[in-house]
Amino acid sequence: MEVMIAGVIGLLTACGVYLLLRSRTFSVVLGLALLSYAVNLFLLAMGRLVTHRPPILEPGRTAYVDPTPQALVLTAIVIGFAMTAFLIALALRARRETGSDQVDGIKTVDSATPL
Amino acid sequence: MAQGWSESEFLIILLVFNMIPMIPLIPLLGALSPLLAGRCGRNACAWATAAVATASLILLLWLSPPIFDGVVLQAGWRWLPELGLNFTFRLDGLALLFGLLITGIGLLVILYARYYLSERDDLGRFYALLLLFMGAMLGVVLADNLLLLLTFWELTSLSSLLLIGYWRSRADARQGARMALTVTAVGGLALLAGFLLLGHIAGSFELSAVLAAGETVKNHPWYPLTLVLILLGAFTKSAQFPFHFWLPHAMAAPTPVSAYLHSATMVKAGVFLLARLFPVLADTDLWFYLVGVTGLFTLLFAAYAALFQHDLKGLLAYSTISHLGLITLLLGLGTPLTAVAGVFHIINHAVFKASLFMAAGIIDHETGCRDMRQLNGLFKYMPWTATLAMTAAAAMAGVPLLNGFLSKEMFFAQTVHLTTMGDISWLWPILATVAGIFSVAYSARFIHDVFFNGDPINLPRLPHEPPPYLRAPVEILVAICLLVGIAPVYTVAPLLAAAATSVVGEPLPSYSLALWHGFNLPLLMSGLALSGGAAMYWQRRWLFLLGDRYPPLDGKFLFEYNLNLGIGVARRLTTILENGSLQHYLSLLMVTAVVVGIAGMWQGDLLTDHQPFQSVDPLSLLAVLLLVLTAWLTVFWQRQRLVAVTMLGGVGLMVALMFVRFSAPDLALTQLAVEVVTTVLLLLALRYLPPETSLESTLRRRFRDAGLAILAGIGVAALTWGILIRPSQPELAEYFLATSLLGGGGANVVNVILVDFRGFDTLGEATVLGIAALGIVALLSSGLPSPTTLSPFTACPEMRWPLLLRIGARPLLGLTLLLAAYLFLRGHNLPGGGFIAGLVTALALATQYLAGDHHWTTARLALNQQRLIASGLALIAATGLISGLFGYPFLTSTFAHVSLPILGDFEIASAMAFDLGVYLIVVGTVMAMLLALGRPEAAEIEWKS
Repeated sequence: MEVMIAGVIGLLTACGVYLLLRSRTFSVVLGLALLSYAVNLFLLAMGRLVTHRPPILEPGRTAYVDPTPQALVLTAIVIGFAMTAFLIALALRARRETGSDQVDGIKTVDSATPL
Repeated sequence: MAQGWSESEFLIILLVFNMIPMIPLIPLLGALSPLLAGRCGRNACAWATAAVATASLILLLWLSPPIFDGVVLQAGWRWLPELGLNFTFRLDGLALLFGLLITGIGLLVILYARYYLSERDDLGRFYALLLLFMGAMLGVVLADNLLLLLTFWELTSLSSLLLIGYWRSRADARQGARMALTVTAVGGLALLAGFLLLGHIAGSFELSAVLAAGETVKNHPWYPLTLVLILLGAFTKSAQFPFHFWLPHAMAAPTPVSAYLHSATMVKAGVFLLARLFPVLADTDLWFYLVGVTGLFTLLFAAYAALFQHDLKGLLAYSTISHLGLITLLLGLGTPLTAVAGVFHIINHAVFKASLFMAAGIIDHETGCRDMRQLNGLFKYMPWTATLAMTAAAAMAGVPLLNGFLSKEMFFAQTVHLTTMGDISWLWPILATVAGIFSVAYSARFIHDVFFNGDPINLPRLPHEPPPYLRAPVEILVAICLLVGIAPVYTVAPLLAAAATSVVGEPLPSYSLALWHGFNLPLLMSGLALSGGAAMYWQRRWLFLLGDRYPPLDGKFLFEYNLNLGIGVARRLTTILENGSLQHYLSLLMVTAVVVGIAGMWQGDLLTDHQPFQSVDPLSLLAVLLLVLTAWLTVFWQRQRLVAVTMLGGVGLMVALMFVRFSAPDLALTQLAVEVVTTVLLLLALRYLPPETSLESTLRRRFRDAGLAILAGIGVAALTWGILIRPSQPELAEYFLATSLLGGGGANVVNVILVDFRGFDTLGEATVLGIAALGIVALLSSGLPSPTTLSPFTACPEMRWPLLLRIGARPLLGLTLLLAAYLFLRGHNLPGGGFIAGLVTALALATQYLAGDHHWTTARLALNQQRLIASGLALIAATGLISGLFGYPFLTSTFAHVSLPILGDFEIASAMAFDLGVYLIVVGTVMAMLLALGRPEAAEIEWKS
């Protein structure tokens, strides 16, 4: 299980990094989203892989998962969402200003023509 | 606590002598006064400045009596004791001597500048800079902490930049100022490194401790490096060869600045440092060869070069370099008696050189010219000034009955007894006499060329005597030259003894300040120097021919060559690193992250230290396979954007399932809600972006990026695995689990952490969320880009609001809001809470916009998102502050059990108000984001109306 989860996090990172390095804003947004997933899972894994022990206190139960990483991840998810949204807005504004969705604002011939 | 002082001693010292820090602080703070007084006229401005300098001087004199008995006063307070940086000062003989020179000559310069600078010059700015410099310089000489000393040292470099470049419209002033700063600042950096090493070796940065650690320092293997670094700082500041070239170019400064900085103060900071650290660093072979030889060479070279200067101030600049070389040489010889001679010459040179600079300024002021080829025969136009200048120049040449004679005689006497160079020690007296000859020759040129030698040639103004106040400082200084020269024992002796004692660090050997020592070798050398110098000047034609053919080197070309070289390299490096391409930056960032990560993992034993693996169950395997597949497909189909968004949503869902699988229900709920909102946002954005990405990057480029991505992935995977196979450290978890119910009143520990234990963090994060929303609104306030896909509704209006969705959405609103309320209320004890409830609410509201007419919905949903965010933040802040009213720290929570008739027994925690704030912020943020992207276009609105 540990190897599998580590592999999944690695794969999500690799996919995210590859997309981040593309030249179009939309790919970068996708890449960042994938990278956020990887980071969130990574943070969760800091509390180790625990089954059926949610950090909800119940009388009679003594074993719980470490709640600290979860609290971090919860805010990370929301902040990650805010960042994605901001990036989208930035991409739209950049296209409005430069007429292109290339990350450096370079106009290319095959850039979609506005209707 | 400064080292070496006990707690009680420190307090007593603090109470009694805390006036010492005021000596530098008064001018530093008082630098404002001339700026304020500047409006009330030039005289008021000068008086205000003089008052500040006088205050420092009086304080210094008031504290001085015990110093003459060999007492060292210390005062100050702790600043950053962890770094060894303390705000500590010491007043000993050396500091007193320099303090008197700085404030005394400073006062004369203030008077002089009042009449020197013209009506056009901004006197307030000049005086403010002068006081700033004065304070910094006093700080250098009074600091007890090496790091504090360095701070003031750099401050002198900075303020001297502004003073040299005071006439900022002049190109040569700007260049000269920049050169002075570059050279001295580079030296300052070396000095910092040297001080760090010295402090490390001595175990403290306090001078009191460092001065006592002389033997430790000298026997330490780092001594040579430390010495070289410190000497670089001292030599650049004191214009020693080969760093001397900045000083002649700094002559573009107004003459009061030259008289102050380049005679008595700033250039003396370097030799001050040599004197200050004399007990720690001196008396080794290395010290002798580095300091002594540099000083000797500078002395001879600059004296030779001074002879060929045609600019009056240029001559004085080179003669200053030469005299600084002499002082360096005297300190470099390393014996107590040469150190006394060195200190004596520091005093004498400051006095006569300041008066000479001022006299040169008067000549420049009254004739408009500084070229000695034009300036001739001025004696008949300004006899009194000429007499003063000639007396000062005679002191510079070492004529008897003047102060320069005494220290030069001491120097000559010392060279006779030197045996430091073995068989060629007899060279010392000869070289000393040669230096004396040159110094007499250039002094003779200064006197004869300017005041006699025919008539002036083409002067811009008819020369005449200056106003008396412009001349008064020169008169005072020349009087001191005479007094010290005639009756040294009754004037300078106590101060010299006190200063020299603190340089040598032990009781002084006996020396005599008498004028007449009988007929001996030093007197013969003096006689030879005087007659030889006169003869050399007499036969100057031959020398000038030689000088024209082989002009003394000017380091300026080398300096500018190197400077341009450096700028060129920096520019090329910048073009490589900063080429304006975000892709390039990102790949550089990734490469760095990968390299640093690999380097870090290489060192540790990351992948050892096992604990048993868990087995894989089929359901988890299936979920992971789906996750892998969707992630891969997101990349594979990334150019067909709609498909890619769908696949990304799949990844998000699988991640949510993973959260469920690994005991994180709160995360799963949040992830699900966020996933929906993100997908909606991406779909909305797709309308304004090209639907497909064209294939742009080359195959090679894609392989490179893929390689980088795979490396990053492997790194992260290895890191995760390395952590997963180690046992966890449960302290933090145990604390939160144990105190959650008792301290926070909630069973959902994650929620309690968010709204209670780490409430301040959550406040910050909620604020970031709000700022992001406002940023998005601002970014898109000027309108969206033109759409790239045709809206289906425009082509087919009746399709605009699908019937089923429209009818379903209204009742769904109530249900969803109920769900949100449920999630919110139970959040403290069960999965849920403000974040999740906020997302659900926002989605419910957004559905209304999707299903119905935008205007219809807007009219009925009178929610201002920005106000929502603001009220949420205000609520959180209020919750936090209320706890303050009861005397608890910010954001302390409390809770109570409440019994309600139907609902039964439940708790109300003050943290709930906090969570409500979070809820409001999330609702406001998400709504703002969705509406910014999803608002109808102008065309549609038109169509509607």
